[in-house]
Amino acid sequence: MNFDPRFSGRKFASVGTRPIRPDGVDKVTGRARYGADFNMAGQLVGRVLRSPHAHAKILKIDISKAEKLNGVKAVITAKDLPDLTDGDAAMYDILDNCMARTKALYDGHAVAAVAAIDARTARQALKLIEVEYEILPHVTDVDEAMQYHAPLINDTIFTEGLEEKPVKPSNVTKRSQFGHGDVHQGFGHADFIVERSFKTEQTHQGYIEPHACVASVSSDGTAELWVCTQGHFVYRQHCAQLLGMEASKLRVTSSEIGGGFGGKTHVWAEPVALALSRKAGRPVKLVMTRDEVFRASGPTSATSIDVKIGARKDGTITAAEATLRYSAGPYAGSWAEIGAMTAFACYKLDNVKTVGYEVLVNRPKTAAYRAPSAPMAAFAVESAVDELAKELGMDPVDFRIKNAAQEGTRSSYGPVYGPIGIGPTLEAVKHHPHMKAPLKKNQGRGMACGFWFNFGGQTCVDLNIGMDGSVSLAVGTVDVGGSRASLSLVAAEELGIDYSQLKAIVADTSSLGYNDMTDGSRGTFSSSMATISAARNAIKILRERAAQMWDISVDDVIWEQGHAVAKREKHGNLGKLSLKEIAAQSGKTGGPIAGHSELVADGAGVSFATHICDIEVDPETGSTRVIRYTVVQDAGKAVHPTYVEGQYQGGAAQGIGWALNEEYIYGKDGRLQNAGFLDYRIPVCSDLPMIDTQILEIPNPNHPYGVRGVGETSIVPPLAAIANAVSNAAGVRMTHIPMSPPRILAAIEAERGE
Amino acid sequence: MAGIAVSTTINGDNIEYLCQPDETLLDVLRDRLGLTGAKEGCGTGDCGACSVILDDRLVCSCLVLGAEAEGRRIETVEGMAHGDQLHTLQQKFLEHAALQCGICTPGFLIAAKDLLAKNPDPTEEEIRFGLAGNLCRCTGYDKIVRAVQDAAIVMKGA
Amino acid sequence: MRYIRPLSIEDAVGQLAGSAGISAILAGGSDLLVRMKGGFVEPDLIVDIKSIAGLSDIRETADGFSIGAAVPCAVLGENAALKKSWPGVVEAAKLIGSKQVQGRCTITGNLCNASPAADSVPALVAAGAKAVIAGPSGKRTIAVEAVPTAPGKTSLAKGEIIEAILLDKRSPRSGDAYLRFIPRTEMDIAVVSAGVNLTIDEHGVVTAARVALGAAAPTVLLVEEAAEALIGRKLDEAALERLAKVCAGACRPIDDKRGTIEFRRKVAGVLARRAATTAYARAGGK
Repeated sequence: MNFDPRFSGRKFASVGTRPIRPDGVDKVTGRARYGADFNMAGQLVGRVLRSPHAHAKILKIDISKAEKLNGVKAVITAKDLPDLTDGDAAMYDILDNCMARTKALYDGHAVAAVAAIDARTARQALKLIEVEYEILPHVTDVDEAMQYHAPLINDTIFTEGLEEKPVKPSNVTKRSQFGHGDVHQGFGHADFIVERSFKTEQTHQGYIEPHACVASVSSDGTAELWVCTQGHFVYRQHCAQLLGMEASKLRVTSSEIGGGFGGKTHVWAEPVALALSRKAGRPVKLVMTRDEVFRASGPTSATSIDVKIGARKDGTITAAEATLRYSAGPYAGSWAEIGAMTAFACYKLDNVKTVGYEVLVNRPKTAAYRAPSAPMAAFAVESAVDELAKELGMDPVDFRIKNAAQEGTRSSYGPVYGPIGIGPTLEAVKHHPHMKAPLKKNQGRGMACGFWFNFGGQTCVDLNIGMDGSVSLAVGTVDVGGSRASLSLVAAEELGIDYSQLKAIVADTSSLGYNDMTDGSRGTFSSSMATISAARNAIKILRERAAQMWDISVDDVIWEQGHAVAKREKHGNLGKLSLKEIAAQSGKTGGPIAGHSELVADGAGVSFATHICDIEVDPETGSTRVIRYTVVQDAGKAVHPTYVEGQYQGGAAQGIGWALNEEYIYGKDGRLQNAGFLDYRIPVCSDLPMIDTQILEIPNPNHPYGVRGVGETSIVPPLAAIANAVSNAAGVRMTHIPMSPPRILAAIEAERGE
Repeated sequence: MAGIAVSTTINGDNIEYLCQPDETLLDVLRDRLGLTGAKEGCGTGDCGACSVILDDRLVCSCLVLGAEAEGRRIETVEGMAHGDQLHTLQQKFLEHAALQCGICTPGFLIAAKDLLAKNPDPTEEEIRFGLAGNLCRCTGYDKIVRAVQDAAIVMKGA
Repeated sequence: MRYIRPLSIEDAVGQLAGSAGISAILAGGSDLLVRMKGGFVEPDLIVDIKSIAGLSDIRETADGFSIGAAVPCAVLGENAALKKSWPGVVEAAKLIGSKQVQGRCTITGNLCNASPAADSVPALVAAGAKAVIAGPSGKRTIAVEAVPTAPGKTSLAKGEIIEAILLDKRSPRSGDAYLRFIPRTEMDIAVVSAGVNLTIDEHGVVTAARVALGAAAPTVLLVEEAAEALIGRKLDEAALERLAKVCAGACRPIDDKRGTIEFRRKVAGVLARRAATTAYARAGGK
């Protein structure tokens, strides 16, 4: 279909308003069905046996006793999930992560699973499975894993991206490099240079809903899967491939999702549930415990980053360089590469170079976490930028404004920017009342910038018009934060009808064409593009039907505010027909009216944000308190401003938790010490102030309404903004995230010379 | 293991069930009675998603045995609305967009109901500490606190 | 597994004494159910003590207060007389867990769980609280600090139940306070904590004091030298400085996921000092 995605600069009637979301009432009454809220007749309880070792060879698994226990219907190991990946290394890693084949690669790695008639029997059965391990040396720290003599996690890994293939395998899977110009020359022109090393610990997305699914495999080879996921179409593909099924035989329904933030983009337990169901011949429900979520679903990378930035006395950055090491868990990923791309994306630089190293460690497989890899890189870079501003004697906001990227700037990762929001967010911050709020003793202010690409991708939407004139919108991107509301607004806008005439749903994999995940902040961007396209296709049909009803040429019918209008100069007497009137006659004018759209949403608009925060530090204990917090971010166009604010606030809160208290803590034995919400400390309500937001709208030229993604950028600046605030409050530069009280107190005392 | 017969009151209804001695009230509500509004986020009393009111006390139903409910009074999120009339808190959560994914929402609504019953005119700080047992990972709590503040004003006037 | 709900303490003691296998007492359940969920304990017998007459009451007697073993911590905060006499004990009890946990957890359970980081225990020890124990061979009363013997272990014999915690009637010009350090504002386990209880004379000179530290050693620490640093003086800077130093020195903490040895030492002193200042003000000292 001919679809023109260019920004049109139209005036909006629906878009930009703040109606109540269509899924709201079900969610406040407890009626909404999440992953664990669904049951099938005859359903069994699935449970997974996990390795207690960080790194161990699996010598033998004896399931015979477990199989004999009354009430046990299936016990599976890697043998029941044979390797059908046919040389696809990425799929093999997914398979191995779902069920360890020859080695357990981290504390929590699945080694066997059972399905039984109830939870107690399943628990007992797990105890009866005998696994013989040969414990191997392990490594959990990213820097240690890069050492020459570090325990090798996978001896078939030879670092990619080097000029020559290395002679020896290592834990470094890939080296990637970005940049332009000549940094050596650039540093030669600098009057001031800041060079520092930083570390960030591993964090988890911390969604409140544990992974949950119900799988039902029929003996005719068809199957159904109910699951909380960010992308049911991708889950279908992965599960089908791993189980040797045709994708169309597996119907996947995405439940309401209780948070994902990137963590529900990979299959973990779903292929296991399907394999159990296939073996037992009954539906199987598999719900992770919180302990399992922390130990065995994907956290983000831990990192170790060196940054060097130089500037002339006038405040012009002459060169910027960073080396970034990201842990990937035991399987290859592209996390360091993304970090290396985003690190300096906010700035206009003549000489820039970033090098990323992807490092295997004995920790769970890294998964995306909201703007994955960007917050750590921004922490290192924005900390160094602040320090450099201080050395130059410049205001940190002015220093950034002077060096901010703008339209036409060649980005540090390659492409040339179109219209972008970094400069405007900085100008907004400069004039924000927060910058003038008084600070008390032991309080400090910090600010920082952040960047995220935003994704587009494959998208499909159906828009069906009922005979009563109401409209149902079926989308394939999972609604993680209110997208059914925003997409309804977009459809209402395009059709010229009221929001209340629409109902949006997320369709299952058998009811709609393929859709990529809801990730990369693509949900509203991509699906709104497809919705606009589908609505335009529906309007074309509505015009044709109106023309038929009037018996005039379709070229003489235009669509205006929800009505077909006959061109006045030719058919002044005909008036107009409402969508409802046309729909009512559809049975006589050619049948049902619908608009469809299948497209690849290109041209996602990059997004920038600048945050300000005030922190109070207790110099005697290292305790911190967030006093004020402000988010300024470019949304392109805020379709539903309240939910845009919600994304800004939520990302900031997650960033605050990461900056101050959240971290995976491993013991010397390689076991995770804090696999629960008690000691993995996400912010509670009393930890935070109100989070002020300011939405800027710099239209994305590649979207009809100017929409960019909004979901992820808000987690990028907080680590650095808070580090800068703490450093200003405590009088000492903080270089290790999280800035937990013991780390802050130790830094203060080291500074005092105690 | 013999089942224990329990007779209790849930959202004003007399309910009888059989449960095992190690079964939590949350398991009973969700798996035996089909009341899936209370969610299991952790099972250890750290997230508050399973909050219910037990004889006028806010509790985590994952930290109560099903057997303990004998002769007691339980309120869950399913009992907050009257017919199609939402509770003021439910309405205010919708108006303020105090939920994104919504998994923590039933727990927050129950905790907020208990908070306002005991303290009809709370300060922002009292709301924040009163709801500190309920984790939300989506909203940053801002809109939740505002929804409770607004509901308190409406409920005081009612 | 059996669940029983006895109506008398004698019945409860008899059931516990006569049970084979693992038995557990259930009051608030906020520790027991977590341990059961994690698979750390699978009791054969659960004895729910909440239906035993008197165990859910706070009684004010001629000698002070008797707090039944099944009284939830939230109820302590609602008892005006107790709050007035022992504000430090009440604030410690009110720090355990969330509002949800407050509605269930008990100070007796907190004591019997025998965690070195238990919030109410340093405050109770500073207050000189006693535990009334019912058992197969009758009743006995011991100081609360004699209950925990090691992390997760108590001095209670098979069949014994703590029936109540006793707090003395308050002498004039007395005050107590409890402070703990946690990384967040709520929901954490104490990294280190301090309870201070003191009495002053009409001139503001400390005449009696007890200082207890939590999460600083395998069991709660009653630091006598810290009390000595306060007794016989007004709470001047030198006394506070000495208190902080003594407390830091008395700690025998460990490095773990919640904090380092260095951090715990340092902050134990800071908290003792701050708690003493509050307790002194509550006693009417200026």
